[in-house]
Amino acid sequence: MATGQMMERVARNLSVRIGASVIALMMLVAVAAPWLGTVDPSLFDAGSRDLLPGKSGDITTLEGETLKHTFLMGSDSYGRDIYSRVIYGTRVSLVVGIATALLALAVGIACGLLSGYLRWLDGILMRFMDGIMAIPAILIAIALVALWRGSIVTVVVAIAIPEIPRVTRLVRSLVLTIREEPYVEAAVALGTPTRKILFGHILPNCMAPLLVQGTFTCAFAILVEAILSFLGVGLPPDVPTWGNIMAEGRAQFVSFPHNVFFPGIFLAVTVLAVNILGDGLRDTLDPKMAKRV
Amino acid sequence: MNVLDIHDLSIALPPGAERAEAVSKVSFNVGRGEIVCLVGESGSGKSVIAQSVMGLLPKTLRVAAGTISLLDENITLAKESRLRQLRATRMSMVFQEPMTALNPVMRCGDQIDEVLRFHSDLSLMQRKTRILDIIREVALPDPERIIASYPHQLSGGQRQRIVIAMALVLEPALLIADEPTTALDVTTQAQILKLILELQKRHGTGVLFITHDFGVVAEIAHRVAVLRLGELVELGARDEVLKRPRHEYTRMLIGAVPTLKPHGRAVAPDAALVLETRGLAKTYSERGWFGPAREVRAAQDVNLQLRRGQTLGIVGESGSGKSTVARCIVRLIDPSAGEVRIAGADIATLGARALRPLRRKVQIVFQDPYRSLNPRRTVGEAIIEGPLNYGTPRAEALERARRLLDLVRMEASALERYPHQFSGGQRQRICIARALAMEPELLVADEAVSALDVSVQAQVLQLLEEIRTRLDLAMLFITHDLRVAAQVCDQVAVMSKGRVVEYGPAEQIFLRPQHEYTQALFEAAPGRGFAFGTASAST
Repeated sequence: MATGQMMERVARNLSVRIGASVIALMMLVAVAAPWLGTVDPSLFDAGSRDLLPGKSGDITTLEGETLKHTFLMGSDSYGRDIYSRVIYGTRVSLVVGIATALLALAVGIACGLLSGYLRWLDGILMRFMDGIMAIPAILIAIALVALWRGSIVTVVVAIAIPEIPRVTRLVRSLVLTIREEPYVEAAVALGTPTRKILFGHILPNCMAPLLVQGTFTCAFAILVEAILSFLGVGLPPDVPTWGNIMAEGRAQFVSFPHNVFFPGIFLAVTVLAVNILGDGLRDTLDPKMAKRV
Repeated sequence: MNVLDIHDLSIALPPGAERAEAVSKVSFNVGRGEIVCLVGESGSGKSVIAQSVMGLLPKTLRVAAGTISLLDENITLAKESRLRQLRATRMSMVFQEPMTALNPVMRCGDQIDEVLRFHSDLSLMQRKTRILDIIREVALPDPERIIASYPHQLSGGQRQRIVIAMALVLEPALLIADEPTTALDVTTQAQILKLILELQKRHGTGVLFITHDFGVVAEIAHRVAVLRLGELVELGARDEVLKRPRHEYTRMLIGAVPTLKPHGRAVAPDAALVLETRGLAKTYSERGWFGPAREVRAAQDVNLQLRRGQTLGIVGESGSGKSTVARCIVRLIDPSAGEVRIAGADIATLGARALRPLRRKVQIVFQDPYRSLNPRRTVGEAIIEGPLNYGTPRAEALERARRLLDLVRMEASALERYPHQFSGGQRQRICIARALAMEPELLVADEAVSALDVSVQAQVLQLLEEIRTRLDLAMLFITHDLRVAAQVCDQVAVMSKGRVVEYGPAEQIFLRPQHEYTQALFEAAPGRGFAFGTASAST
């Protein structure tokens, strides 16, 4: 099917529309964070600790000035504005989610293509992937971040590594099917070099399932990043991420639930939106699903 | 009283489909003990009629008008619960593909038993006897073993017999057979047709037999209904329709069926040798971790010769090794032994680099037009891919692609379009153009017309013939269809179980077959008695 026609069908799907609009909204929020009535998320004020949502209080800027500020979502035990931290946290979550998905897809596609087309490499590469899959994803991520110190790059790499075997397996299985297609055999008979067959014939026909896998990886990465931060093994606690905010608020959850509640809502909505988008993509791109609808 | 009465049946397609109705105002009936063949090309709506009778229409289709009566009971709008009672007891269906019609994880005996348990109150012992009876009736050997077998342990023909046994175990008044022999080899097909005829006669079952094959019609039908794009264009007794078709569409269809007579074209015996195989063999071996290696000899000791301007047919049933030979010659797979000489040079063992310059001399056209073109590339890209690989400048390659499209009688505007915008026949033309773009000396057609409707098949065959003459090509034509082979081949090699059992000029093979397998193959060809392809000329 031609790309244009496919995109049209994708754009008409309700799940895709809902998921994509929520994600677009989140991206807008992330980009426009400084102009959404926020203050620098690292600012704190000893006088404004543990404020309830909607209360006003003082906040001290880096220059030492004291400003009046309305704490829309309350403040934490250091007197930081939770609203600002949640909004800025969107940036971290989206960057981690998208970067992880892209990294896992890129490496997974490379390994999958090699494994599916070069038979001698298949056994070695796939046993290695099996090895990675045998270790729980979170455990690998925790170990790697602990090893490298928390930064966006290490977190992304740490979450991507356990995802790579999944993508590799998917690509390999697709390659094994597509390489038997007559159009690939025709290309062989036409003297097309292996490299061109892989990237010109096989990979473009793997794209639909990969796109779906990518969305699920993205959602998973956002969750894992929050989990790592919550466990205190992700990004340093002063970086505003949803997981860090929740970890911070955990100690006084009973008296001040908003510390956990608001970042939790953002996390849940974002992950849900990405998953809905993925479901919609699968429904429209997978011919087997399309027939059933 | 008729078994099945269909009156003014119209079935609506969802909005946006290529036509408003899948079936429009179709009326016909099936009497007791009568076989009515519903004939039509793909998209004619013949399967939709069968589904509507069984109450198995997909949700997107609905009966818009008309009535369907089974034994005088109007079942057009019958409830699902009533339909469930009627299925298997009064009407049953046999599908094209027996492997998918059977549950792969249930023993065959249990699957027949399931029908009996749901629809009768026979005791366990009675059911067991009944199952053994019906297995014997469909002429399966060793009933006890068959009952305990899973579908994958049986051959295609045996599986179809199980499906027929399931359909007939409760002696329904109506049997709907939707292309029941299309997926089977010609010898198996002949046996299954004979079985259906026998059982139908013995039980007085009315049969609605759906097929695209006029050979099958000639074998089995009492009456014939011809469908075209959802409309019934002709209905009449078999001999009437086959010998004196009234509607021009029927005439065209019957005229397009190739005859079994070889064409008898004179060939130059001393033309240059393009292809020669010597002792060609392919053995697949499966090396397990334990135990000895399992070996499958797909082709053995194949010796063929093909000269410029001639067509060599390889004829055989599935599993005979004919495609293996073709794929070895194109070097899509590596032969295990023997030589493949293309214009004198042995390519059987050449490495990828050394093979490259020789690749362009041999091109292949595959069976399935829907999978032979990359769905994400334009037709133009597909046709110029080969020449670009060999360093032809893009503009020149495109110019040649335009001329080739003209040669295969397609518009040059097709270059910009994607494969899904074309019909099966058109795609096959594109595939031929793609192969010709390489200026090959040998064109291999691996069942290239088998997936096409008979009228389209006739056009593509004619096109291949024309191209072969015009470009003075050698053509290797792989087919299971004897009629097609008779029409195009100068030489024929008959393959069975990996070996060439008979090889010679087409005239000799078709008129005086020597080997018993060849004779059995001809014996089984459906509609032998009818002189197809000539009917249109006489009317």
